[in-house]
Amino acid sequence: MKYFGALIISLTAFISCTQPEKKLPILGNREPVEKTVDGKVVVDTVYQTIPSFNFINQDSVQVSDKNFAGKVYVADFFFTSCTSICPIMHRNMLKVYNQYKSNPEVKLLSHSIDSKYDTPSQLKKYADKLGVKGDMWEFVNGPHDAIYGIAEKSYLVSVAADSKDPANFIHQGWFVLVDKDKRLRGAYDGTDPKQVDQLTSDIQTLLDEYHTR
Amino acid sequence: MKKIVSASVFLLLIFLYACQSDKEIEQQRYFVNGKSIFEQHCQNCHGANGEGLGELYPPLTDTVFMRSNKSKIACIIKNGSNTALMVHNKKYEGKMPAESDLSDIEIAEIVNYITNSFGNKLGDYDVNNAAADLKNCQ
Repeated sequence: MKYFGALIISLTAFISCTQPEKKLPILGNREPVEKTVDGKVVVDTVYQTIPSFNFINQDSVQVSDKNFAGKVYVADFFFTSCTSICPIMHRNMLKVYNQYKSNPEVKLLSHSIDSKYDTPSQLKKYADKLGVKGDMWEFVNGPHDAIYGIAEKSYLVSVAADSKDPANFIHQGWFVLVDKDKRLRGAYDGTDPKQVDQLTSDIQTLLDEYHTR
Repeated sequence: MKKIVSASVFLLLIFLYACQSDKEIEQQRYFVNGKSIFEQHCQNCHGANGEGLGELYPPLTDTVFMRSNKSKIACIIKNGSNTALMVHNKKYEGKMPAESDLSDIEIAEIVNYITNSFGNKLGDYDVNNAAADLKNCQ
């Protein structure tokens, strides 16, 4: 009987140590749909997903959603001549790149919001100078409306040309984490090294979610 | 008489000391103000530790470059730069935007800060130095 207390304590300790596996939330809009499974009507949730897209990368190669199928990826919006938040964002993104560049399940996708100036050759120069090789990190150019549309509607990142200054763009420095099912799983302030560290570890959490299934 | 002499020597020493530290305090003020202007105008690209970014933006840690180009830094800040620079044996050819809105004293503060940070120890720099350097911009 005198060991009973000790037993309770160690049991409690044991239970509290086996935490449920950490899962990232699913972000964005969602709607319930009714569907029939085995003759029964069940309610399922449809989450917001990234629609198909088609852009041109720094190697002048077409890049579409198919290149991101089965990948966990991080998306952001920038332009190469930006001297405000973009250098900070990509200084931080470079850490994510170095961490995962040899992992074929992870990709990075930076959209230029300055389609006129950031031609593929300009993006190539930028990627080279940043020290980025291969196609793990894609820098893409696309039609203005397509880029701005996917930013606002799909990745929920606000971007706009500054009407006062033609060389300037107002945009947010979010890094958006997308899972293998094209759902939004996290948004991180790309200018904050702490949040980017969180992103780096959340990518691993997300990969583990797929590995343990 | 002895007392008066020693007292005046003492006073003289105090004044000398006070004058010297006035100059020091002034330089420290340049440095501290320079740090905050650097954070607003330069740090995004050149980094909080002057580390630069890849081969896009040059680091400010090349002490040899800083020493030999000290008199040109004010002009580079004020008017930007279009020419390729060799820093740490690497070529940087990007454009640096002009900060033409900065006053001479603000530029002096930035130069004072960056030439005495990130491993650089190039000593005093004030608004008179900046005004002189800015007259010779090419």
